[in-house]
Amino acid sequence: MSSVPASAFLALALILFCIGLYGALTKRNTVIVLISIELMLNAVNINLVTFSKYGIAPSITGQVFALFAISVAAAEAAVGLAILISLYRTRKTVNIDEMDTMKN
Amino acid sequence: MTFSGEFLAFMGLALVALIGGVLLLNLTKVVHMVVALIFTFVAIAGIYVLLSAEFVASVQVLIYSGAITIIMLFGIMLTKHDDENEPKTGKLRKLLVFLGILGFAFAVYIGIYNFNVEQEQTALHENNTMQIGKALYSKYIIPFELTSVLLLAALVGSIILAKNEKKEADDE
Repeated sequence: MSSVPASAFLALALILFCIGLYGALTKRNTVIVLISIELMLNAVNINLVTFSKYGIAPSITGQVFALFAISVAAAEAAVGLAILISLYRTRKTVNIDEMDTMKN
Repeated sequence: MTFSGEFLAFMGLALVALIGGVLLLNLTKVVHMVVALIFTFVAIAGIYVLLSAEFVASVQVLIYSGAITIIMLFGIMLTKHDDENEPKTGKLRKLLVFLGILGFAFAVYIGIYNFNVEQEQTALHENNTMQIGKALYSKYIIPFELTSVLLLAALVGSIILAKNEKKEADDE
């Protein structure tokens, strides 16, 4: 019926998830770490929508769940940036390896 | 596998998405990284259209490539952004992280590479928005209302977190 197999969509989501994971683990700037986490959430949304069309029991539920995930991700981004800004006000840095107050 | 229009569209969109992700990893200026990620978000919206999820695609364009990108740019502009994102972390640690992620990707790929459920004819593309609205307001009404509570809590919480407390103390 469709010329693109479902595993192609899943593979694309896997590669995007891995890019986001690598960025979240190696980048120094906290804003980039937050946006890498957004990329990982986006890859998961691709999986949800793919299974809503090509899964064993295709239905609209996957798309509704993707919408819920998008709204939770937006709330998470807002709270994360608020924490970042209040942290920047006290520590004057956005680099993630200098936020080690609890280390010593 | 035939080279139909759907296949070509998928290949183009996947290429744009992956190029955006790779640019996110390789660029040095922080603002450029965020702008590179806009390409990825728009390409993912195109992928949603291919998967007959038009409403999710429009929400993706509005929320991700609109709101979240602008919020992230605000965060970059309000903090110190002029220093180059030069990593101080060692090469060995980066290599170890890369190898770990490569192993994870291989393990997941073994699970999905021959995922083949026989495809059924679906009616997801007919009146997509109406179907989502009906599902949201009948079957998923409680999660929907809980989402509104969550958004309100996030709004109040982020305002309180980002409020300048020193100035508040001076005023009183």
